[in-house]
Amino acid sequence: MARTAAKQPAGKRVEAPKRTRLLIATRKGLWTLTTDGARRTWKLAGPQFLGHIVHHAMLDPRDGKTLLAAARTGHLGPTVFRSTDNGKTWKEAVTPPAFDAGSGRVVDHAFWLTPGHASQPGVWFAGTSPQGLFRSDDGGANWKGVAGFNAHPQRKAWCGGDQDGTPDGPKLHSVLIDPRDASHMYISMSSGGTFESSDGGADWHPLNQGVRADFQPNPDLEFGHDPHCVRFAAGNPDRLYQQNHCGLFRLDRPATRWTDIGTGMPKAVGYVGFPMVPHPHDPNSAWIFPMDGTDVWPRISPAGKPAAYRTRDAGKTWKRQADGLPKSQAWWTVKRQAMTVDRFPVAGVYFGTTSGEVWGSRDEGRSWKCLAAHLPHIYAVEAV
Amino acid sequence: MNHRVAIPSPLRSYCGGASTVTVACASSSPSLGDVLAGLERAYPGIRFRMQDEQGKLRPHIQVFVDASVQRNLAAPIPPGADIMIVAALSGG
Repeated sequence: MARTAAKQPAGKRVEAPKRTRLLIATRKGLWTLTTDGARRTWKLAGPQFLGHIVHHAMLDPRDGKTLLAAARTGHLGPTVFRSTDNGKTWKEAVTPPAFDAGSGRVVDHAFWLTPGHASQPGVWFAGTSPQGLFRSDDGGANWKGVAGFNAHPQRKAWCGGDQDGTPDGPKLHSVLIDPRDASHMYISMSSGGTFESSDGGADWHPLNQGVRADFQPNPDLEFGHDPHCVRFAAGNPDRLYQQNHCGLFRLDRPATRWTDIGTGMPKAVGYVGFPMVPHPHDPNSAWIFPMDGTDVWPRISPAGKPAAYRTRDAGKTWKRQADGLPKSQAWWTVKRQAMTVDRFPVAGVYFGTTSGEVWGSRDEGRSWKCLAAHLPHIYAVEAV
Repeated sequence: MNHRVAIPSPLRSYCGGASTVTVACASSSPSLGDVLAGLERAYPGIRFRMQDEQGKLRPHIQVFVDASVQRNLAAPIPPGADIMIVAALSGG
Protein backbone atom coordinates (compact mmCIF):
# COMPACT_ATOMS: atom_id res chain seq x y z
CA MET A 1 0.00 0.00 0.00
CA ALA A 2 2.72 2.47 0.94
CA ARG A 3 4.12 4.47 -1.96
CA THR A 4 5.91 6.99 0.19
CA ALA A 5 7.26 6.19 3.58
CA ALA A 6 5.26 7.62 6.45
CA LYS A 7 7.36 8.90 9.30
CA GLN A 8 6.98 7.91 12.90
CA PRO A 9 6.10 10.94 15.06
CA ALA A 10 9.06 12.49 16.87
CA GLY A 11 9.45 11.76 20.56
CA LYS A 12 9.15 8.51 22.47
CA ARG A 13 9.90 5.44 20.39
CA VAL A 14 6.83 3.25 19.84
CA GLU A 15 7.11 -0.52 19.58
CA ALA A 16 5.17 -2.19 16.75
CA PRO A 17 2.55 -4.71 17.85
CA LYS A 18 3.11 -8.31 16.73
CA ARG A 19 -0.36 -8.48 15.24
CA THR A 20 -3.53 -6.47 14.80
CA ARG A 21 -7.08 -7.71 14.91
CA LEU A 22 -10.10 -5.75 13.77
CA LEU A 23 -13.41 -6.42 15.54
CA ILE A 24 -16.08 -5.75 12.93
CA ALA A 25 -19.58 -5.32 14.38
CA THR A 26 -22.33 -5.48 11.77
CA ARG A 27 -26.06 -5.53 11.36
CA LYS A 28 -25.87 -9.34 11.01
CA GLY A 29 -23.12 -10.43 13.38
CA LEU A 30 -19.48 -10.04 14.37
CA TRP A 31 -16.46 -10.74 12.16
CA THR A 32 -12.73 -10.35 12.72
CA LEU A 33 -9.84 -9.49 10.41
CA THR A 34 -6.38 -10.44 11.62
CA THR A 35 -2.94 -9.55 10.33
CA ASP A 36 0.67 -9.91 11.42
CA GLY A 37 3.27 -7.24 12.01
CA ALA A 38 3.68 -6.62 8.29
CA ARG A 39 -0.03 -5.76 7.81
CA ARG A 40 0.09 -6.97 4.17
CA THR A 41 -2.33 -9.89 4.36
CA TRP A 42 -5.50 -10.21 6.38
CA LYS A 43 -7.55 -13.22 7.40
CA LEU A 44 -11.29 -12.86 7.76
CA ALA A 45 -13.05 -14.99 10.38
CA GLY A 46 -16.67 -15.20 11.48
CA PRO A 47 -19.46 -14.71 11.86
CA GLN A 48 -20.16 -14.86 15.54
CA PHE A 49 -23.78 -14.19 16.53
CA LEU A 50 -25.05 -14.61 12.98
CA GLY A 51 -28.29 -12.70 12.59
CA HIS A 52 -27.75 -10.56 15.67
CA ILE A 53 -27.43 -6.82 15.31
CA VAL A 54 -24.03 -6.11 16.89
CA HIS A 55 -23.55 -2.43 17.57
CA HIS A 56 -20.11 -2.58 19.16
CA ALA A 57 -17.45 -5.04 20.28
CA MET A 58 -14.48 -4.18 22.47
CA LEU A 59 -11.45 -5.84 24.00
CA ASP A 60 -10.48 -5.18 27.61
CA PRO A 61 -6.95 -3.77 27.33
CA ARG A 62 -6.39 -4.48 31.04
CA ASP A 63 -6.37 -8.25 30.63
CA GLY A 64 -6.03 -8.58 26.85
CA LYS A 65 -8.55 -11.43 26.67
CA THR A 66 -12.01 -10.26 27.74
CA LEU A 67 -14.24 -9.24 24.86
CA LEU A 68 -17.71 -7.74 25.11
CA ALA A 69 -20.24 -7.45 22.29
CA ALA A 70 -23.44 -5.40 22.46
CA ALA A 71 -26.17 -7.27 20.57
CA ARG A 72 -29.87 -7.63 19.93
CA THR A 73 -32.03 -9.13 17.20
CA GLY A 74 -35.04 -7.74 15.41
CA HIS A 75 -37.46 -9.52 17.72
CA LEU A 76 -35.56 -10.13 20.95
CA GLY A 77 -34.47 -7.67 23.59
CA PRO A 78 -30.97 -6.28 23.95
CA THR A 79 -28.09 -8.05 25.64
CA VAL A 80 -24.34 -8.15 26.03
CA PHE A 81 -22.25 -11.19 25.18
CA ARG A 82 -18.91 -11.74 26.88
CA SER A 83 -15.87 -13.84 26.20
CA THR A 84 -12.99 -14.33 28.62
CA ASP A 85 -10.84 -16.29 26.17
CA ASN A 86 -10.43 -13.74 23.37
CA GLY A 87 -13.51 -14.82 21.47
CA LYS A 88 -13.17 -18.61 21.50
CA THR A 89 -16.29 -19.00 23.67
CA TRP A 90 -19.03 -16.57 24.61
CA LYS A 91 -21.62 -16.29 27.37
CA GLU A 92 -24.52 -13.93 27.69
CA ALA A 93 -24.54 -11.34 30.49
CA VAL A 94 -26.51 -12.55 33.51
CA THR A 95 -28.10 -9.12 33.94
CA PRO A 96 -27.92 -7.07 30.73
CA PRO A 97 -28.25 -3.26 30.82
CA ALA A 98 -31.85 -2.37 31.71
CA PHE A 99 -33.49 0.70 33.19
CA ASP A 100 -35.02 0.45 36.66
CA ALA A 101 -38.42 -1.19 36.87
CA GLY A 102 -41.00 1.53 37.36
CA SER A 103 -38.95 4.14 35.49
CA GLY A 104 -41.07 3.57 32.39
CA ARG A 105 -37.93 3.44 30.26
CA VAL A 106 -36.86 0.48 28.12
CA VAL A 107 -33.40 -0.13 26.68
CA ASP A 108 -33.71 -0.73 22.94
CA HIS A 109 -30.05 -1.54 22.41
CA ALA A 110 -26.67 -1.20 24.03
CA PHE A 111 -24.71 0.99 21.66
CA TRP A 112 -21.30 1.79 23.12
CA LEU A 113 -18.90 -0.20 25.32
CA THR A 114 -15.97 1.32 27.21
CA PRO A 115 -13.58 -0.58 29.50
CA GLY A 116 -13.12 1.22 32.83
CA HIS A 117 -10.02 2.78 34.31
CA ALA A 118 -6.79 0.77 34.51
CA SER A 119 -7.04 0.86 38.32
CA GLN A 120 -10.52 -0.72 38.26
CA PRO A 121 -10.25 -4.14 36.64
CA GLY A 122 -13.61 -5.61 35.71
CA VAL A 123 -15.32 -2.23 35.46
CA TRP A 124 -17.03 -1.48 32.14
CA PHE A 125 -19.43 1.22 31.00
CA ALA A 126 -22.17 0.91 28.39
CA GLY A 127 -24.11 3.65 26.64
CA THR A 128 -27.54 2.76 25.34
CA SER A 129 -30.39 3.90 23.14
CA PRO A 130 -32.54 5.47 24.45
CA GLN A 131 -29.85 7.37 26.27
CA GLY A 132 -28.71 5.70 29.45
CA LEU A 133 -25.39 4.99 31.15
CA PHE A 134 -24.72 1.58 32.69
CA ARG A 135 -21.84 0.11 34.67
CA SER A 136 -20.60 -3.40 35.28
CA ASP A 137 -18.17 -4.22 38.10
CA ASP A 138 -17.65 -7.85 37.10
CA GLY A 139 -16.37 -7.80 33.56
CA GLY A 140 -19.74 -7.34 31.89
CA ALA A 141 -21.67 -10.17 33.58
CA ASN A 142 -24.03 -7.91 35.55
CA TRP A 143 -24.99 -4.34 34.70
CA LYS A 144 -26.60 -1.59 36.75
CA GLY A 145 -27.75 1.85 35.71
CA VAL A 146 -25.54 4.77 36.73
CA ALA A 147 -28.15 6.55 38.82
CA GLY A 148 -26.15 9.78 38.86
CA PHE A 149 -26.96 10.13 35.19
CA ASN A 150 -30.06 8.00 34.49
CA ALA A 151 -31.94 9.48 37.46
CA HIS A 152 -30.38 12.95 37.32
CA PRO A 153 -33.10 15.55 37.89
CA GLN A 154 -31.95 17.44 34.78
CA ARG A 155 -31.65 14.41 32.47
CA LYS A 156 -34.94 14.93 30.71
CA ALA A 157 -34.24 18.64 30.23
CA TRP A 158 -30.80 17.81 28.83
CA CYS A 159 -31.91 15.00 26.54
CA GLY A 160 -35.59 15.46 25.67
CA GLY A 161 -37.82 12.42 25.26
CA ASP A 162 -36.60 8.93 24.47
CA GLN A 163 -37.98 9.20 20.93
CA ASP A 164 -36.24 12.50 20.13
CA GLY A 165 -33.14 12.77 18.02
CA THR A 166 -31.31 10.26 15.87
CA PRO A 167 -33.44 8.33 13.33
CA ASP A 168 -32.87 4.94 14.96
CA GLY A 169 -33.00 6.29 18.49
CA PRO A 170 -30.93 8.77 20.49
CA LYS A 171 -27.65 7.28 21.65
CA LEU A 172 -25.33 7.74 24.59
CA HIS A 173 -21.82 7.26 23.24
CA SER A 174 -18.20 8.35 23.58
CA VAL A 175 -17.83 7.29 27.21
CA LEU A 176 -14.34 8.55 28.06
CA ILE A 177 -12.48 7.78 31.29
CA ASP A 178 -9.59 10.07 32.15
CA PRO A 179 -6.54 7.79 32.34
CA ARG A 180 -5.16 9.95 35.19
CA ASP A 181 -8.31 9.85 37.33
CA ALA A 182 -10.96 7.12 37.35
CA SER A 183 -13.57 9.49 38.74
CA HIS A 184 -13.20 11.98 35.86
CA MET A 185 -15.43 11.03 32.94
CA TYR A 186 -17.07 12.42 29.83
CA ILE A 187 -20.12 11.16 27.99
CA SER A 188 -21.74 12.44 24.82
CA MET A 189 -25.25 12.03 23.49
CA SER A 190 -26.76 12.45 20.06
CA SER A 191 -29.61 14.21 21.80
CA GLY A 192 -28.11 16.31 24.57
CA GLY A 193 -24.44 17.09 23.99
CA THR A 194 -21.27 16.39 25.93
CA PHE A 195 -21.27 16.13 29.73
CA GLU A 196 -18.55 15.83 32.37
CA SER A 197 -18.44 14.14 35.76
CA SER A 198 -15.71 14.63 38.35
CA ASP A 199 -17.07 12.16 40.88
CA GLY A 200 -17.28 8.86 39.06
CA GLY A 201 -20.69 9.55 37.54
CA ALA A 202 -22.54 10.69 40.68
CA ASP A 203 -23.20 14.10 39.12
CA TRP A 204 -22.82 15.62 35.66
CA HIS A 205 -22.70 19.02 34.03
CA PRO A 206 -22.95 20.08 30.39
CA LEU A 207 -19.77 20.96 28.50
CA ASN A 208 -20.94 22.41 25.19
CA GLN A 209 -19.92 26.07 25.08
CA GLY A 210 -18.79 27.02 21.60
CA VAL A 211 -20.39 24.02 19.93
CA ARG A 212 -22.96 24.97 17.31
CA ALA A 213 -26.53 23.67 17.34
CA ASP A 214 -27.88 25.04 14.04
CA PHE A 215 -31.07 23.02 14.40
CA GLN A 216 -32.12 24.96 17.52
CA PRO A 217 -33.77 28.40 17.59
CA ASN A 218 -31.02 29.54 19.94
CA PRO A 219 -27.81 28.13 18.48
CA ASP A 220 -25.68 29.01 21.53
CA LEU A 221 -27.17 26.56 24.01
CA GLU A 222 -25.85 25.08 27.22
CA PHE A 223 -27.09 21.62 26.17
CA GLY A 224 -29.21 19.95 23.49
CA HIS A 225 -26.37 19.46 21.00
CA ASP A 226 -25.66 16.49 18.74
CA PRO A 227 -22.08 15.29 19.10
CA HIS A 228 -21.47 12.33 16.78
CA CYS A 229 -18.14 11.20 18.24
CA VAL A 230 -15.81 12.59 20.91
CA ARG A 231 -12.32 11.23 21.63
CA PHE A 232 -9.24 12.03 23.70
CA ALA A 233 -6.14 13.15 21.79
CA ALA A 234 -3.26 10.70 21.95
CA GLY A 235 -1.44 10.89 25.24
CA ASN A 236 -3.28 14.07 26.24
CA PRO A 237 -6.61 13.59 28.01
CA ASP A 238 -6.83 17.37 28.42
CA ARG A 239 -7.53 17.60 24.69
CA LEU A 240 -10.79 16.36 23.20
CA TYR A 241 -11.71 16.20 19.53
CA GLN A 242 -15.34 16.23 18.49
CA GLN A 243 -17.15 15.42 15.25
CA ASN A 244 -20.54 17.05 15.69
CA HIS A 245 -23.71 17.23 13.63
CA CYS A 246 -22.85 20.90 13.12
CA GLY A 247 -19.10 20.86 12.70
CA LEU A 248 -15.70 19.92 14.05
CA PHE A 249 -14.48 21.08 17.43
CA ARG A 250 -11.53 20.80 19.83
CA LEU A 251 -11.44 21.45 23.55
CA ASP A 252 -8.21 22.00 25.50
CA ARG A 253 -8.92 21.74 29.21
CA PRO A 254 -9.16 23.42 31.62
CA ALA A 255 -10.92 25.65 29.09
CA THR A 256 -14.64 25.00 28.82
CA ARG A 257 -15.23 26.55 25.41
CA TRP A 258 -14.76 24.38 22.32
CA THR A 259 -12.81 25.76 19.36
CA ASP A 260 -14.25 25.42 15.86
CA ILE A 261 -11.74 23.36 13.84
CA GLY A 262 -13.94 22.86 10.80
CA THR A 263 -13.11 26.10 9.01
CA GLY A 264 -10.20 24.48 7.17
CA MET A 265 -12.42 21.93 5.44
CA PRO A 266 -13.28 22.48 1.74
CA LYS A 267 -16.73 24.04 1.42
CA ALA A 268 -17.80 21.48 -1.19
CA VAL A 269 -17.15 18.68 1.28
CA GLY A 270 -18.28 20.36 4.47
CA TYR A 271 -17.63 19.36 8.04
CA VAL A 272 -20.34 16.78 8.70
CA GLY A 273 -19.49 13.16 9.42
CA PHE A 274 -19.72 10.50 12.08
CA PRO A 275 -16.26 9.31 13.21
CA MET A 276 -13.47 11.23 14.88
CA VAL A 277 -10.26 9.23 15.16
CA PRO A 278 -7.20 10.71 16.87
CA HIS A 279 -3.75 9.51 15.88
CA PRO A 280 -2.52 6.88 18.37
CA HIS A 281 0.68 8.77 19.20
CA ASP A 282 0.42 12.38 17.98
CA PRO A 283 -1.99 14.64 19.89
CA ASN A 284 -2.09 17.14 17.01
CA SER A 285 -3.27 14.59 14.46
CA ALA A 286 -6.68 13.04 13.78
CA TRP A 287 -8.84 11.67 10.97
CA ILE A 288 -12.45 12.26 10.00
CA PHE A 289 -14.60 10.78 7.25
CA PRO A 290 -16.99 13.41 5.89
CA MET A 291 -20.51 12.68 4.69
CA ASP A 292 -23.11 14.72 2.88
CA GLY A 293 -25.06 16.82 5.37
CA THR A 294 -26.67 19.15 2.85
CA ASP A 295 -30.27 19.42 1.69
CA VAL A 296 -32.14 16.41 3.14
CA TRP A 297 -29.01 14.95 4.72
CA PRO A 298 -28.28 11.99 2.42
CA ARG A 299 -25.56 10.81 4.86
CA ILE A 300 -23.37 9.33 2.12
CA SER A 301 -19.93 10.27 0.83
CA PRO A 302 -20.14 13.78 -0.65
CA ALA A 303 -20.77 13.52 -4.42
CA GLY A 304 -20.21 9.75 -4.18
CA LYS A 305 -16.46 10.33 -3.78
CA PRO A 306 -15.39 8.94 -0.40
CA ALA A 307 -12.32 10.35 1.32
CA ALA A 308 -10.79 10.60 4.74
CA TYR A 309 -9.41 13.94 5.89
CA ARG A 310 -6.48 14.27 8.23
CA THR A 311 -5.21 17.10 10.37
CA ARG A 312 -1.65 17.32 11.65
CA ASP A 313 -2.07 20.69 13.34
CA ALA A 314 -4.90 20.05 15.79
CA GLY A 315 -7.57 20.99 13.29
CA LYS A 316 -6.25 24.19 11.69
CA THR A 317 -5.92 22.44 8.33
CA TRP A 318 -7.23 19.18 6.87
CA LYS A 319 -5.79 17.17 3.98
CA ARG A 320 -7.82 14.88 1.72
CA GLN A 321 -6.71 11.21 1.70
CA ALA A 322 -8.44 9.18 -1.02
CA ASP A 323 -5.69 7.30 -2.87
CA GLY A 324 -7.04 3.82 -3.59
CA LEU A 325 -10.63 4.62 -2.65
CA PRO A 326 -13.33 4.64 -5.37
CA LYS A 327 -13.10 7.83 -7.45
CA SER A 328 -16.85 8.11 -8.10
CA GLN A 329 -20.23 6.44 -7.68
CA ALA A 330 -19.49 5.16 -4.18
CA TRP A 331 -22.48 6.02 -2.03
CA TRP A 332 -21.61 4.54 1.31
CA THR A 333 -20.67 6.18 4.54
CA VAL A 334 -18.80 5.39 7.74
CA LYS A 335 -20.60 5.34 11.06
CA ARG A 336 -19.33 6.88 14.29
CA GLN A 337 -17.72 3.71 15.71
CA ALA A 338 -16.65 2.33 12.34
CA MET A 339 -13.23 4.04 11.97
CA THR A 340 -10.20 3.29 14.07
CA VAL A 341 -6.42 3.16 14.24
CA ASP A 342 -3.93 0.54 15.34
CA ARG A 343 -0.93 1.30 17.55
CA PHE A 344 1.90 0.77 15.08
CA PRO A 345 4.58 3.49 15.05
CA VAL A 346 3.32 4.40 11.57
CA ALA A 347 -0.34 4.04 12.31
CA GLY A 348 -2.73 1.85 10.40
CA VAL A 349 -6.12 3.45 9.81
CA TYR A 350 -9.20 1.33 9.18
CA PHE A 351 -12.87 1.92 8.47
CA GLY A 352 -15.95 -0.12 7.72
CA THR A 353 -18.71 1.05 5.41
CA THR A 354 -22.46 0.89 5.38
CA SER A 355 -22.04 -1.27 2.25
CA GLY A 356 -20.05 -3.92 4.13
CA GLU A 357 -16.50 -3.16 3.02
CA VAL A 358 -13.50 -2.81 5.31
CA TRP A 359 -10.77 -0.49 4.07
CA GLY A 360 -7.32 -0.10 5.57
CA SER A 361 -4.21 2.00 5.26
CA ARG A 362 -0.86 1.06 6.74
CA ASP A 363 0.66 4.41 5.92
CA GLU A 364 -1.54 6.74 7.93
CA GLY A 365 -4.11 7.27 5.21
CA ARG A 366 -1.79 8.03 2.28
CA SER A 367 -3.13 5.00 0.43
CA TRP A 368 -6.07 2.70 1.01
CA LYS A 369 -6.81 -0.92 0.20
CA CYS A 370 -10.04 -2.88 0.51
CA LEU A 371 -9.43 -5.60 3.13
CA ALA A 372 -12.85 -7.28 3.02
CA ALA A 373 -16.08 -6.88 1.07
CA HIS A 374 -19.61 -8.24 1.01
CA LEU A 375 -20.08 -8.07 4.76
CA PRO A 376 -23.33 -6.72 6.17
CA HIS A 377 -23.81 -3.04 7.03
CA ILE A 378 -20.92 -2.22 9.38
CA TYR A 379 -21.64 -0.42 12.65
CA ALA A 380 -18.27 -0.53 14.39
CA VAL A 381 -14.60 -1.37 13.76
CA GLU A 382 -12.10 -1.57 16.60
CA ALA A 383 -8.40 -2.38 16.19
CA VAL A 384 -7.16 -4.46 19.12
CA MET B 1 -49.48 -27.44 37.40
CA ASN B 2 -47.32 -28.13 34.35
CA HIS B 3 -47.72 -26.34 31.05
CA ARG B 4 -46.25 -27.11 27.68
CA VAL B 5 -44.59 -24.08 26.12
CA ALA B 6 -43.54 -23.95 22.46
CA ILE B 7 -40.28 -22.04 22.04
CA PRO B 8 -39.49 -20.14 18.81
CA SER B 9 -36.12 -20.73 17.14
CA PRO B 10 -34.55 -17.40 18.27
CA LEU B 11 -35.01 -18.45 21.92
CA ARG B 12 -34.09 -22.12 21.71
CA SER B 13 -30.43 -21.48 22.60
CA TYR B 14 -31.66 -20.89 26.16
CA CYS B 15 -33.40 -24.29 26.29
CA GLY B 16 -30.68 -26.49 24.89
CA GLY B 17 -32.30 -26.35 21.47
CA ALA B 18 -35.68 -27.68 22.61
CA SER B 19 -38.70 -26.55 20.58
CA THR B 20 -41.10 -27.42 23.40
CA VAL B 21 -40.49 -27.39 27.14
CA THR B 22 -42.60 -28.14 30.17
CA VAL B 23 -42.86 -25.40 32.77
CA ALA B 24 -43.84 -26.17 36.33
CA CYS B 25 -45.94 -23.60 38.19
CA ALA B 26 -46.62 -23.81 41.92
CA SER B 27 -50.09 -22.34 41.55
CA SER B 28 -52.97 -24.46 40.31
CA SER B 29 -54.28 -21.43 38.39
CA PRO B 30 -51.19 -19.56 37.25
CA SER B 31 -51.18 -16.37 35.22
CA LEU B 32 -49.26 -15.98 31.98
CA GLY B 33 -46.69 -13.99 33.96
CA ASP B 34 -46.29 -16.93 36.37
CA VAL B 35 -45.58 -19.25 33.45
CA LEU B 36 -42.97 -16.87 32.04
CA ALA B 37 -41.40 -16.59 35.52
CA GLY B 38 -41.27 -20.40 35.64
CA LEU B 39 -39.63 -20.39 32.23
CA GLU B 40 -37.00 -17.92 33.51
CA ARG B 41 -36.30 -20.11 36.57
CA ALA B 42 -35.68 -23.09 34.34
CA TYR B 43 -33.83 -21.21 31.58
CA PRO B 44 -32.16 -18.08 33.03
CA GLY B 45 -31.95 -15.10 30.70
CA ILE B 46 -34.80 -16.11 28.40
CA ARG B 47 -37.41 -13.76 29.86
CA PHE B 48 -35.54 -10.49 29.30
CA ARG B 49 -35.25 -11.24 25.60
CA MET B 50 -39.07 -11.33 25.30
CA GLN B 51 -40.23 -9.14 28.18
CA ASP B 52 -38.78 -5.68 28.86
CA GLU B 53 -37.68 -4.21 32.18
CA GLN B 54 -41.09 -2.61 32.67
CA GLY B 55 -42.74 -6.03 32.46
CA LYS B 56 -44.26 -5.69 28.98
CA LEU B 57 -43.93 -8.22 26.20
CA ARG B 58 -41.58 -6.86 23.55
CA PRO B 59 -43.29 -5.62 20.38
CA HIS B 60 -42.25 -8.54 18.17
CA ILE B 61 -43.01 -11.27 20.69
CA GLN B 62 -46.45 -12.83 20.50
CA VAL B 63 -47.93 -15.36 22.93
CA PHE B 64 -50.76 -17.74 22.12
CA VAL B 65 -52.65 -19.52 24.89
CA ASP B 66 -54.20 -22.45 23.09
CA ALA B 67 -55.26 -20.69 19.87
CA SER B 68 -55.81 -17.17 21.23
CA VAL B 69 -53.37 -14.26 21.37
CA GLN B 70 -52.71 -13.21 24.94
CA ARG B 71 -50.56 -10.19 25.84
CA ASN B 72 -52.00 -9.63 29.30
CA LEU B 73 -49.50 -11.15 31.71
CA ALA B 74 -52.13 -11.21 34.48
CA ALA B 75 -54.46 -13.39 32.42
CA PRO B 76 -55.10 -16.80 34.03
CA ILE B 77 -53.95 -19.87 32.15
CA PRO B 78 -56.61 -22.59 31.97
CA PRO B 79 -55.57 -26.00 33.25
CA GLY B 80 -53.83 -27.99 30.54
CA ALA B 81 -53.60 -25.05 28.14
CA ASP B 82 -50.74 -25.10 25.64
CA ILE B 83 -48.68 -21.94 25.33
CA MET B 84 -46.90 -20.95 22.16
CA ILE B 85 -44.34 -18.14 22.03
CA VAL B 86 -43.84 -16.65 18.58
CA ALA B 87 -41.04 -14.28 17.57
CA ALA B 88 -42.59 -12.31 14.73
CA LEU B 89 -40.12 -11.79 11.91
CA SER B 90 -38.82 -8.26 11.70
CA GLY B 91 -35.85 -6.34 10.42
CA GLY B 92 -34.19 -6.96 7.09
